[in-house]
Amino acid sequence: MDADAAAVQAAEVEQEALISGSEAVAVATKLVDVDVLTAYPIRPYDTLMQYVAKQIADGEQDAEYIVAESEHSQFEIAKHASAVGARALCGSSGVGWCYAFEAIAVTPALRLPLVAMVGNRALDDPGAFGTEHNDALAARDLGWLHVWVDTAQEALDTTLLAYRVAEDRRVYLPVAISTDGAFLTHSQSLVRVPPRAWVDRFLPPYDRGKLVLHPDNPITIAPQVNEDWLMEIRRQTDEAMRQAPGVIEEAWRDFRAIFGRGDGSPFFEEYYTDDAEIVLVGMGTLSMPVRVVVRKLRAEGQKVGFVRVRWFRPFDYEGLGALLSRFAAIGVVDRDFSMGSPFHSGVLANEIRATLYAQDRRPPVASFISGLGGREVTIPNVREMFELTRRAAESGAAPRDTLWIGVRS
Amino acid sequence: MDSSEMTAAPLPVLEPFKGVKRVPLEEYYTSGHRTCQGCESALVMKLMVKAAGPRTVVLGSTGCMYVANTTYYSTPWVVPWMHTQLGSAGSAAVGTAAGYKALMRKGKIKREPINVISFCGDGGGVDMGLSAISAALQHTEYNHLILLYDNESYANTDIQSSGSTPYGAYTSFSPAGKAKRILHRRWKKNVAAMLAAGHSECRYVGTVCASYAVDFMNRIRRALSIGGPTFIHSFDPCPKGWDCDPMMSHELGELAVLTGIFPLFEVLDHRLALYGKSKQIAEGRQKRLPVRDYLLKQGRFAHFTDDDIDYFQAKVDQMWTRWLVPGVLPFQADILGDKPPA
Ligand SMILES: Cc1ncc(C[n+]2csc(CCOP(=O)(O)OP(=O)(O)O)c2C)c(N)n1
Ligand code: SF4
Ligand SMILES: [Mg+2]
Repeated sequence: MDADAAAVQAAEVEQEALISGSEAVAVATKLVDVDVLTAYPIRPYDTLMQYVAKQIADGEQDAEYIVAESEHSQFEIAKHASAVGARALCGSSGVGWCYAFEAIAVTPALRLPLVAMVGNRALDDPGAFGTEHNDALAARDLGWLHVWVDTAQEALDTTLLAYRVAEDRRVYLPVAISTDGAFLTHSQSLVRVPPRAWVDRFLPPYDRGKLVLHPDNPITIAPQVNEDWLMEIRRQTDEAMRQAPGVIEEAWRDFRAIFGRGDGSPFFEEYYTDDAEIVLVGMGTLSMPVRVVVRKLRAEGQKVGFVRVRWFRPFDYEGLGALLSRFAAIGVVDRDFSMGSPFHSGVLANEIRATLYAQDRRPPVASFISGLGGREVTIPNVREMFELTRRAAESGAAPRDTLWIGVRS
Repeated sequence: MDSSEMTAAPLPVLEPFKGVKRVPLEEYYTSGHRTCQGCESALVMKLMVKAAGPRTVVLGSTGCMYVANTTYYSTPWVVPWMHTQLGSAGSAAVGTAAGYKALMRKGKIKREPINVISFCGDGGGVDMGLSAISAALQHTEYNHLILLYDNESYANTDIQSSGSTPYGAYTSFSPAGKAKRILHRRWKKNVAAMLAAGHSECRYVGTVCASYAVDFMNRIRRALSIGGPTFIHSFDPCPKGWDCDPMMSHELGELAVLTGIFPLFEVLDHRLALYGKSKQIAEGRQKRLPVRDYLLKQGRFAHFTDDDIDYFQAKVDQMWTRWLVPGVLPFQADILGDKPPA
């Protein structure tokens, strides 16, 4: 083997790195060769941009790195960069995400495949740095794809997937990657970092084609349409979202073939569900305490399992409906709230209820709100939720109202 | 060429037009818009892209120049155009310029000069988007022009007062009432000087008025070819908002300059110069006209008493007699009382 071939082979080897969720996304931005990155400080999102800043300062990354003067500008800059054909990334947390909301709201209809990281955080007042999912969920209806991850590895992998799906012409919608503040953004674990050559095989260049804003392509983007056309344009965004599940599945298959990771459904992860009688359902790093309790209860002879929803938009109502209708009862754990909603539940619980309504078999759904503001969801909390779900299975009915778990009364 | 020049986005060569007969006939903002009769801002759009030429992209904030201009299927823009949010003129300019710069440096698109112009109204630029414009003027690595077309109100939403509305003007948020003749008591922000003074690395800030069309276009060409972020403040008579005859737009622009209310100046590589009629006023070669000649031609000042006019005149006099840099910088050596009439 000559030296060149050896170098190529060396470059094709995965490396292992001990990194946090935020750093994993930062590394992914190098791998996909992002062109424009925008930063604005808010905990925990800022950690991503601290890593990016270091990568830029050390000459590891060739990109326009722009420290904006607000989250609104961060998202607007990234949006406009995306319109001229540049691959862009930004993000935020909590009230920062809200500050950018105008830009967030308009991006899907512009069909711009922006990728954003949300370091999920409470919407303070009153002041709180910790995880709550209401920030990202506030944008759930607008045409963003939303995905929740639970490990640094998944954060890296999902960033690669996000660009692949977002930049697919059948989709052309932005993707928000939600990472639980502190639990994931700041927690290190061993991550397999793929070589750039594999990523290049997986992710084609961003080609905006006839939609690119450039003097060679004199188009007008986002004219005033009013009632004459807006409904058709909304319908197009809806159609793009309908295309997304198939594109996600395709990307997932290719991902598995190239990177050797990613079993099961791309949309949700199952943990001990095969013979489970009851399951808890949740998103993000809730999986950490729940997995522990599942193993303990299994050791005690209880047939319990866990379903972690990854893609919240598009919501895999077919797959989740078929899966969840099998169980004797379901407990949904929301790390968010939806004040005044049916049963005063969190957002996920009512999505699951709606999903199950179309099924022939509709197991009782117990709805829990826990772990707000970054409060730890403890092992006893999870045991309590499994116990309440088990009782719902036995009685055939869940409590009508939502139960707050781990809250002072 | 050092490495920073290699990576910098290339600049166009745009020599000044030497007189109106040398201005090209080509239009890049044509028919299709639905602005009011006599809308000076529509003329501003036309002159702006005429001066810039075909290798230009335009970003436009929400406002009349979006809503009245860019109806689906009848866009007047010959060059590529994209809407941006009301407070996003600065960010749209940065994002667009940064995108081109990255793609050119990485060889993903051809390396060539592309003019990036981002415009906003006074609501979008003097109020809501000021912070983003300020930030944009700090990012010296990106070439673009932010043009603020100032019709002195939130015109598109039915003429509401903004931070750029002149003192005392009648707007739908500041009507003249039975108890209060004057509701809008804020003095118009001095936005161009504020941005010039506050952004020492910005190489071009200027004020323009389309009544002086060749001067106007040459300032656009200068801003686009100098490099880095630049800012131009355009003074735009608006017949609907100012309650005046559409025939008067051009004349009102001239009168605003001749009364000294709107000084024409530019800050080019940190050197400040008044130009045109404003320069003549400063040099004593042109007599400043009384503001009464300007105010009373507009319905929005019809409720002014003589005291109001005198107050307005006194404030404008101060601009020229007491300001450290006449007409531009409002610092004074001494501070005297200047209470508005009750
Ligand atoms: C965030 C936001 N707030 C309010 C509006 C409503 N709005 C649309 S156009 C406009 C007027 C903008 O005024 P200006 O920037 O001066 O432009 P003009 O209409 O005068 O040309 C407003 C307030 C909006 N589009 N976006
Ligand atoms: S309201 Fe004023 S700025 Fe708007 S279109 Fe009419 S004249 Fe032009
Ligand atoms: Mg205005």
